[in-house]
Amino acid sequence: MATDTFGGRQATAAPYAIELKGISKSFGPVQANRDINIAVPRGTIHGIIGENGAGKSTLMSILYGFYKADAGEVFVGGHLTVIPDSQSAIRAGIGMVFQHFKLVQNFTVLENVILGAEDGPLLKSSLTRARAELEALSREYDLDVHPDAVIEDLSVGHQQRVEILKALYRCADILILDEPTGVLTPEEADHLFRILRGLRDQGKTVILITHKLREIMETTDNVSVMRRGTMVGTVRTTETSPEALAELMVGRKVLLEVEKRPCTPGREILRVEGLTVRTDGVVRLKGVSLTIRAGEILGIAGVAGNGQSELLEALGGIAQATGQITMNGVELPLKGHKANGQTRRAAGIAHVPEDRQSLGLIMDFAAWENVGFGYHNAPEYQKNALFMDNAALKADTAKKMATFDVRPPIPTLSAKSFSGGNQQKIVVAREIERNPDLLLIGQPTRGVDIGAIEFIHKQIVALRDAGKAVLLVSVELDEIMSLSDRILVMFDGKIMGERDPATTNERELGLLMAGMVGSDSTAKEA
Amino acid sequence: MEKLPRWADVILVPLICLVIAFVFCGILIAAIGQSPVQAIWIMIEGSFGSTTGLGYTLYYATNFIFTGLAVSIAFQASLFNIGGEGQATLGGLGVALACLLVPWPHWSLALVGSIAAGALFGAAWALLPAWLQAKRGSHIVITTMMFNFIAYALMNYVLVNLLRPLGSMDPASARFPVAVNLPKLGEILGLVGIPFSTKNPANISFLIAIALAVGVWALMWHTRLGYALRAFGKQEKAALYAGIDPVRITIYAMMLSGGISGLMAVNAVQGAAHRLVLNSVEGAGFIGIAVALMGRNHPFGIVVASILFGFLYEGGSQLAMGTTIPREVITVLQALVILFTGALPYMVQKPLEKLFALRARKAVGGAK
Repeated sequence: MATDTFGGRQATAAPYAIELKGISKSFGPVQANRDINIAVPRGTIHGIIGENGAGKSTLMSILYGFYKADAGEVFVGGHLTVIPDSQSAIRAGIGMVFQHFKLVQNFTVLENVILGAEDGPLLKSSLTRARAELEALSREYDLDVHPDAVIEDLSVGHQQRVEILKALYRCADILILDEPTGVLTPEEADHLFRILRGLRDQGKTVILITHKLREIMETTDNVSVMRRGTMVGTVRTTETSPEALAELMVGRKVLLEVEKRPCTPGREILRVEGLTVRTDGVVRLKGVSLTIRAGEILGIAGVAGNGQSELLEALGGIAQATGQITMNGVELPLKGHKANGQTRRAAGIAHVPEDRQSLGLIMDFAAWENVGFGYHNAPEYQKNALFMDNAALKADTAKKMATFDVRPPIPTLSAKSFSGGNQQKIVVAREIERNPDLLLIGQPTRGVDIGAIEFIHKQIVALRDAGKAVLLVSVELDEIMSLSDRILVMFDGKIMGERDPATTNERELGLLMAGMVGSDSTAKEA
Repeated sequence: MEKLPRWADVILVPLICLVIAFVFCGILIAAIGQSPVQAIWIMIEGSFGSTTGLGYTLYYATNFIFTGLAVSIAFQASLFNIGGEGQATLGGLGVALACLLVPWPHWSLALVGSIAAGALFGAAWALLPAWLQAKRGSHIVITTMMFNFIAYALMNYVLVNLLRPLGSMDPASARFPVAVNLPKLGEILGLVGIPFSTKNPANISFLIAIALAVGVWALMWHTRLGYALRAFGKQEKAALYAGIDPVRITIYAMMLSGGISGLMAVNAVQGAAHRLVLNSVEGAGFIGIAVALMGRNHPFGIVVASILFGFLYEGGSQLAMGTTIPREVITVLQALVILFTGALPYMVQKPLEKLFALRARKAVGGAK
């Protein structure tokens, strides 16, 4: 490890690894950052928390040289530093781990690490030097990454560690992580935090951007809260509470726990038997059976990529499947062109897809066009046999936007100009307002701010209280535990077991999610 | 991040592209020792200076409106139909058969028949590539291009062996009966008291093309099919979520596209040539791509772009006749216009965006 560069780069007297003074940045009329001041002490884990669109990512992009600030100064290790591009950021000792990894899938770990940091035109010397360093780093920080492993064979958690290795190899002593746990299992997240603490103990500085209050509370030393482009405060983590942080973020009191009445399940709405989905020759969903009754929320827990998406897509008529599904006593087609979103909607199934940006919305379409998406054949949106009633659709959109507090409430704005939370509100409004018998909802709050999370959760519970059935798929265990009336855990395309949210705990679910059936395993659902 | 205002995006960008193309061509003309200013003047004078010239310009424009609209419909569904040439060729066959085989009592009935036949033949020629794309994943660019060649070969066979009148040495059909001749634009305008030359091939098809542009606009933005087509074109996977059948949409979009391409023959074959010749399309199918690009896939933009290309065609032939500038220079000018307006608007867009952002910032600064 190149500790010499680390020690030699800055005067040891400077107490702050990073200091930002008066940073402002606007995009056209939108002021993303307004006079931001923040000081990150050396050798600490510093959390930055805020709702979507609060300006966290913009601030970090300025620090990493992606954007140029309109005003303000950046001090790295006590020295005024100009960072015009990411190369300069790296030279200043700043490393960044993005939410979406920037790895070449068919390269090895070693090749990815030296990519862009080669010593010369011939790779051999770089590779040998890097291998030695990588092994040292890997040992030192308990990263457990083999240099010759190919990226596409690695788990998401390991890929993330490769990103960390890349930063460390470039002698970063300030590491920025943007929403690092979104794709990890609880276990992997714990490992990540162990690594981060190890880095801190070695004198590195870690900046952790997240919207998860629990991670902030467990991991960080200090936390800065941003709201609407401004820094509303920096506090010691030990001196605050999740409730206080949430209030700072949103600017009002927020209910973190979902309030709901006990569940009173009614008749069976959906019965699924032996549902199997095969894509590209691989069986992704392996004979799943389940039932959902009226007035209950069935939660599906699991690490992303274990068949939950395929389950939703088969039920939503997107993916072709085999098996049997019965909705309100009527069997629905699973194969052929009859198995599509239109017939599903006609059967009373609404679907909020996991990935709203690629499935749930047409990003280039206006909000009003998106409110008609999937319901464009609905009679109330038609003027006559030939033409659609765009005016009626716009009026309906304005109404839904008001009910669901979509901001800004402008139906003609394109979907991509809304924040993640507001995009999700548009999708949820469209699907829930149809008053479906069954709501399929995947990752309802992914990339959604706390205020909107509270709202969306309330809507889901209200639908259930109205006697409708809800199938909830989420990788957020907190969400599954607080919303569900029953929990099924999926692993490798199969259901590992059913648990009662009142009696189970995160550890037990975590083990099931990793494919380990506990000793106290209840009857296996199949 | 910063976006251009809509008017700049729609009007300013193509206009600047156009000016750049003309500047380049001007340099070329100057380099061969001719006056670029005089050349431009001859082109403008020739294509807009008299109603005869204007008639020619509008006649060419009519062809391009049809093929441009055809390309744009497929574009909206993110299908790159470069088979307009072949589809229009087949449309010509349909129109010729309708005109030759049915003894029409009046041109208006003949027009209905030839529109139906042209659209049907054009659509049919697009059907197989569409089906191959939708069901088999054979890329539409490759298949439609190959279908262009098949169309040429087929036309050759049909004209030489089937439609050629006995004793004729010319690979062309017999002349259509006079009864199917379409009224000229000059005649129609004469009825409402506007003097307009009839010594040009412009005919009623121009009005049909304009009506069709309005129709395509209504289809795209005011019907379920248009909605589904655009949604499919933007995000194919999302269309699946909404229950929009990808196979059906691909086939509909391509048949619409092919059918409109085929309509071009109503103008060129029935309206002007009065017989079917070997190369009745004369590259208009490809110009349609440039027109659609320049018109930003919007029917009204396509009409404007078509008239511009009509001007280039007619002005070009005037230039060839009136000066010693070789005809190839016109081809170069057309190529430059296609290059700059079709392929390189991004080059203009970026600096313009920066300029606008700068101006906006100044305005904000000044307001403070």
